[in-house]
Amino acid sequence: MIEIKHLHKIFDDKAVLSDINTTFESGKTNLIIGQSGSGKTVLMKCIVGLLTPEKGEVLYDNRNLLDMNKHQIKDLRREIGMIFQSSALFDSLDVLQNVMLPLNMFSSKTYIEREKRAKFCLNRVKLSEAKDKFPGEISGGMQKRVAIARAIALNPKYLFCDEPNSGLDPKTSLVIDELIHGITEEYNTTTIINTHDMNSVIDIGDSIIFICKSHIEWSGNKDEVLHSKNKELNNFIFSSDILRKVKDLEFNKE
Amino acid sequence: MFLLNGLRTFGEYLILMKRVFGRPDRMRMSLKRYANEIAELGISSIGIVLLISLFIGAVITVQIKLNISNPLLPRWTVGYVTREIMLLEFSSSIMCLILAGKVGSNIASELGTMRVTQQIDALEIMGINSANFLILPKIAAMVTIIPILVTFSIFAGIIGAYCSCWFLHIMTAIDLEYGLQYEFAEWYVWSSFIKSLFFAFIIASVSAYYGYTVKGGSIDVGKASTDSVVSSSVLILFSDLVLTQLLMG
Repeated sequence: MIEIKHLHKIFDDKAVLSDINTTFESGKTNLIIGQSGSGKTVLMKCIVGLLTPEKGEVLYDNRNLLDMNKHQIKDLRREIGMIFQSSALFDSLDVLQNVMLPLNMFSSKTYIEREKRAKFCLNRVKLSEAKDKFPGEISGGMQKRVAIARAIALNPKYLFCDEPNSGLDPKTSLVIDELIHGITEEYNTTTIINTHDMNSVIDIGDSIIFICKSHIEWSGNKDEVLHSKNKELNNFIFSSDILRKVKDLEFNKE
Repeated sequence: MFLLNGLRTFGEYLILMKRVFGRPDRMRMSLKRYANEIAELGISSIGIVLLISLFIGAVITVQIKLNISNPLLPRWTVGYVTREIMLLEFSSSIMCLILAGKVGSNIASELGTMRVTQQIDALEIMGINSANFLILPKIAAMVTIIPILVTFSIFAGIIGAYCSCWFLHIMTAIDLEYGLQYEFAEWYVWSSFIKSLFFAFIIASVSAYYGYTVKGGSIDVGKASTDSVVSSSVLILFSDLVLTQLLMG
């Protein structure tokens, strides 16, 4: 479980995040939604420690990230898996080597055991056949799946996904969503996903927070999000014609 | 303002170097990367070093022969001057200036691209000291391979000088050889190696700094690559002056 308490982040005298308070529970896919530039990525970077907030607490199972020394942060990061918007695979390594990298760095297992674990992770994301290919030789969706395999290689307790569906077609996005959701339930990870993909929100949003104008405007789950009366949230969710029409149809039915 | 920016850059460079020279997370992985960097940065540069040195050696010999021909000067002067130029300046300083362009821009653009595509962030999230993991093998590889490249350059330059005798017939190879051997000081070779070690460190660390600290996109990667070559070159020239004074003065 990750708790955020009174988190503030300021860039050049402008508050990007102000007084963020929320809890991300384990075994659930926790979604952070909001418009581009609303501060979603900044919040995620503050949670993982890539940015230091001006004020507040980030508690990983009651361990405050901001009170940790260098070595404690290093240890904590071995419990974290992260999937980046750009996949962030290493171009010079093939798919198998990319997945093996965290194992090679931190696992005390033998080479054969590490390779077996990497192959298991690739199999979990259904990419065993691409193990010898380089990132430049595979599609964007496959790159995202490799990134997922790499993120789960060390059995992380916390899984972060920064816009995992960006640049993917709706069908591939669904595959990625299902994979992340499945892994979250299977390994009981605390999963936090940054997204503005409405399919993800409706499909896998066990818990959702909506960030608007640097604060949490609304929080709830996938069942509540479409029926919320919050004006800002509705403006965000129903900004597309298709979703507006779906909503109108649903209300007409009712 | 300029001074303030310079001081800030130098401070950031020192902080980065402190992270670079930490203890590697996994020595075996660092050694593997070190071997790869030797191949990528050093072995791949041998061809260009040999080519440039061969031609410059030949051209220096021709130029000196044409410009200082004088009945009062002994014929071996050409060989003597060619050797001194190759040993004292060309094979160490000028060759490193050329490598600052080839290897320096390679390092800066590689690390810059890794930064903008979040590969460096990915390493940090895994708990890996990315500066140490990525930059230390490059610095170590450059410092190892540069004296070897300098040696190749000296020999290629001398072969070039011989070629100008054999193929252009500007003088006899015997006169050239006498000049090449005349009052040979072994220390000149060592001073060339010592200077090249400093230059290798400058090329690898300065380029790595510019690449590692890129902010933005592809345009900024290109700018970082250019800045790294300019800064490395200026620092090489400045340190050449200081080192020459210290080693030869």
